[in-house]
Amino acid sequence: MNQVLQVRNLGKIYGPGCPHCFESTGPEAHTNLCPHCDSVIAIHDVSLDLHEGEILGIMGESGSGKSTVVKALYFDQAPSAGEAIFFDAEKQHALFNLNTAQQRWLRNFRFGMVYQHPHQGLNFNITAGGNIAERLLMSDLMDYNAIRARAKALLTRMEVLLSRIDDRPKNFSGGMQQRVQIAKALATRPPLLFLDEVTSGLDLSVQARILDLILEIQQELKTAMIVVTHDLGVIRLLTGRAIVMKYGRVIEAGLTDQILEDPQHAYTQQLVASAL
Amino acid sequence: MAPTILRVEGYGKQFQLHEQRKRIPSSHNVHFTVRAGELTALIGPTGAGKSSVLKGVYRTYLPSAGRILYRDARGHELDLALASEHQILELRRREIGFVTQFLHCLPRQATLDVVAQPLFTLGVARPEARRRAAELLSAMHLPERLWSISPAMFSGGERQRVNLARGFIAKPRLLLLDEPTASLDPITAECVIDLITGLKAEGAALLAIFHHPETIRRLADQVIELALPPVVEECLEDAA
Repeated sequence: MNQVLQVRNLGKIYGPGCPHCFESTGPEAHTNLCPHCDSVIAIHDVSLDLHEGEILGIMGESGSGKSTVVKALYFDQAPSAGEAIFFDAEKQHALFNLNTAQQRWLRNFRFGMVYQHPHQGLNFNITAGGNIAERLLMSDLMDYNAIRARAKALLTRMEVLLSRIDDRPKNFSGGMQQRVQIAKALATRPPLLFLDEVTSGLDLSVQARILDLILEIQQELKTAMIVVTHDLGVIRLLTGRAIVMKYGRVIEAGLTDQILEDPQHAYTQQLVASAL
Repeated sequence: MAPTILRVEGYGKQFQLHEQRKRIPSSHNVHFTVRAGELTALIGPTGAGKSSVLKGVYRTYLPSAGRILYRDARGHELDLALASEHQILELRRREIGFVTQFLHCLPRQATLDVVAQPLFTLGVARPEARRRAAELLSAMHLPERLWSISPAMFSGGERQRVNLARGFIAKPRLLLLDEPTASLDPITAECVIDLITGLKAEGAALLAIFHHPETIRRLADQVIELALPPVVEECLEDAA
């Protein structure tokens, strides 16, 4: 399996930062707020690898920094430290050395992002079909009929009724909004997809359908994915490997079944033991 | 003699429970080899760590001691205890299967697709994968009316058959079985025994735990008896 992504020593600090930030924060210090300079060490020293067609889970409680990792990789927030290489066929892109135009190009053509809140990923003022068209227009597709056909195919694939294609997503249920968001993210068939708590807050039955669709798509398109979630059920069903974060640091990484059945770190043991 | 494909040398596993500050021994100093075309049965009292050995080989558990040397299809030997996660995932995809007593699957997935899943991931076309899944499910007498629904609401015995079919379908080189006939009626258990005999004849190596001595007598080429690990629930020194 080919490598898709290599991330090394990723860090993000909100605030001025000081020489004591890293030693004064993290799981042992039980905080990510530096007591010396009041900076928030959102993430520090995060490294990970992702291969083609693989789903990697990032688990942890809120405030652990798990979303910050994907936001940095998707260029939503510039990191303070670290590097990431995206392997795209024969090309290699050092993500944080690219200029804004190059980053935008990767976001539009090669990456996809599905946010927890549909309004972050969708434009609620235009129709479901328009949302997908918008992403296709930013990439290569320019022909109206081709765009319309692609939007229909994607919405059908995500089990959104075609009769709703010209409705605005603000009138959709939460589960349907999330399906439109996934369709939009997949519109350009990206080899790398980020999913940030995509099923949190949805009914269990709706959640199951969405997870199922995500897995089918991963098998069909061989999309590599990073799934951020606090839900151990989602981790177990979707991912092959996982990393566990706490106060901005990776405290454990391994095969998903190993992390769930033989967790090494005290915190992971607690997390797994307290799951329903 | 048939080629050895797995050598377990001094495998040991203990759990370090941080919250209770305890170390729980699970397996201790286990040695054996597994050969192609043969079934190796693990026996021993409850608590001797039979499942722990299977999980160590599959790397669901991180071994605490010993080497687990596996010779892959290309003839390369690697220590599963030290192999990278991607190496393990690749072996699980192509060579090493595990049938446990539990079935984790997506809530909505049809039984036929649950069984065909290992073939989907190997890139076998869906109709062909489903055809082979159907073949296996008929061989195990799972009523056809159940094939299109999710196994989530099946009985223990039905679920166990789905689990077995999924474990058998990709014809792994090494198949780990944890009490695969435990909740089956005698007729179905008989079908499973036939299927296992078939896999052996095709050259698969099996490492298995069986509940019934009779099943072991009929299927096992080699029996490894595990002893209880020494009972030392030592307290950890660090008062973290």
